[in-house]
Amino acid sequence: MTPNTRRAVGLALTSLTGLAAFIIIAMLAIILFNVAEHGAGGVTWTFLSKPPEDGMMGGGIFPAIFGTAALTLLMTVAVMPVGVLTAVYLHEYAPPNSLFARFVRVAVVNLAGVPSIVFGLFGLGFFILFVGQGMDRALGHEEMYWAQPGILWAALTLAVLTLPVVIVSTEEALRAVPMDHRTASLALGATQSQTLGRVVLPGALPGILTGAVLAISRGAGEVAPILFTGAAYFLPDLPTHLNSQFMHLGYHTYVMATQSPDVEATRPLLYSTVLVLLLLTFALNLVAVIIRTRTRRKAAGAH
Amino acid sequence: MSLNPNAPRPKMEARELTLRYGTKAAIQKVSLAILDRRVTALIGPSGCGKSTFLRALNRMNDLIPGANHTGSILLDDTDIHDRSVDVVDLRRRVGMVFQKSNPFPKSIFENVAYGLRVGGMKDKSALEQRVEKSLRGAALWDEVKDRLHESALGLSGGQQQRLCIARAMAVEPQVLLMDEPASALDPIATAKIEELIHELKATYTIAIVTHNMQQAARVSDRTAFFYMGELVECGATEQIFTNPREKRTEDYVTGKFG
Repeated sequence: MTPNTRRAVGLALTSLTGLAAFIIIAMLAIILFNVAEHGAGGVTWTFLSKPPEDGMMGGGIFPAIFGTAALTLLMTVAVMPVGVLTAVYLHEYAPPNSLFARFVRVAVVNLAGVPSIVFGLFGLGFFILFVGQGMDRALGHEEMYWAQPGILWAALTLAVLTLPVVIVSTEEALRAVPMDHRTASLALGATQSQTLGRVVLPGALPGILTGAVLAISRGAGEVAPILFTGAAYFLPDLPTHLNSQFMHLGYHTYVMATQSPDVEATRPLLYSTVLVLLLLTFALNLVAVIIRTRTRRKAAGAH
Repeated sequence: MSLNPNAPRPKMEARELTLRYGTKAAIQKVSLAILDRRVTALIGPSGCGKSTFLRALNRMNDLIPGANHTGSILLDDTDIHDRSVDVVDLRRRVGMVFQKSNPFPKSIFENVAYGLRVGGMKDKSALEQRVEKSLRGAALWDEVKDRLHESALGLSGGQQQRLCIARAMAVEPQVLLMDEPASALDPIATAKIEELIHELKATYTIAIVTHNMQQAARVSDRTAFFYMGELVECGATEQIFTNPREKRTEDYVTGKFG
């Protein structure tokens, strides 16, 4: 290769990789700009506080916002204890080279790779048909009470979906707590559970919270898992019971985009709904980033 | 010395102690007495087993997977591996200070109070008294009394190590194990720690691992020389440094190897 061709090849590679990186930014910018341009005008107090009207061609999205929030809250309550306890077992209690722990880790990785629509079907089959029907039979409900789509089942389905996020980030947080702190605690006559409760978990808390926020932002945007497990097409009333159906921002977006009798009339509402959903997810991600940087700074200050 | 009626009795005693990590022996048939209210220095080149021996005395080696032992270690004539001995209790009686200062990311007060709190002490004024006493004992009180509730991580390296000593003392152990407590400190901080060790031996039985010959000579009453997992020689510090029985000891303390 002559120096000239070498230089040309170098330049070509630089441009190519740079272009690929630029495409990423461009995509995000286009989505954001497009949504903001068409949607920002429609985001008014009425839009945020009223239910949909006129066959979804008017009104607002309050039930969808409420449903998304309630669903995500229930999901968090369900996923955090299970996820954190699993991670604590894997990192603090499982013997090294434990076959069981290795199985659990493999399961977690595979769980993270399952398409979300499969979780939706799993939720329908397992939670509603198996658990729900079983509960109805056991509790003596004549009519279907638990054996139907509802916010609890949707939340549990989402919890299974977000479990890997929580487990992985909690384990990472536990790994970041210095071994020195554990030995110091044990050398002072603390039991293993005291060490866990007073030193390890407090040290890992910011990382665990980051995991929670990541799980929330992931769960809040998912539609497929709740399609069959509790999301409603149109429901002006807010969910009142654990077996109530509910509206959801993501599903509402899908419905307006595909099921509207008048596409032109719903378009502005659609844009505004998407904008609200995006802002919600970005805000949650931002919180996660802030918590993480703070933790890192604190950890850096400790050494 | 044995004719002296005031001769100190052994506080802890290892008998034919062999310790293995898996199948690899880290120490072989070590028999060594740690005398009551005396400072015993454990010296020897890196990897000679002195730290392993020290960690065996409060069963910190239990935390290492695959560690196992034969022989026995007595604390006041009770085998510390006896079923009746609770390891948590043992560690309250045999405290430890580590090579790298490792304060918790908590306030100075909470660091010292930690061992008391996990032991179930709740009374606020009792906690405050004990924290002050320990910090005074570790010669740190005057430097930190106005900022007890600030983070311990804001202290200097030497202060952090004295805080760890105060923290270990707060639970009032009978024996204090120190694993190279001054190796990461500057000469002034080291001098303070050594001074502290001098004062502590009135109340505590101390075993200290050190790489620093001068330090061993300065702070200890007795010195044990480890080499390749064996206890080569143990005796009064003066004798070990001026008139060792073994050639290997002489070579090591005079700096011919190690």
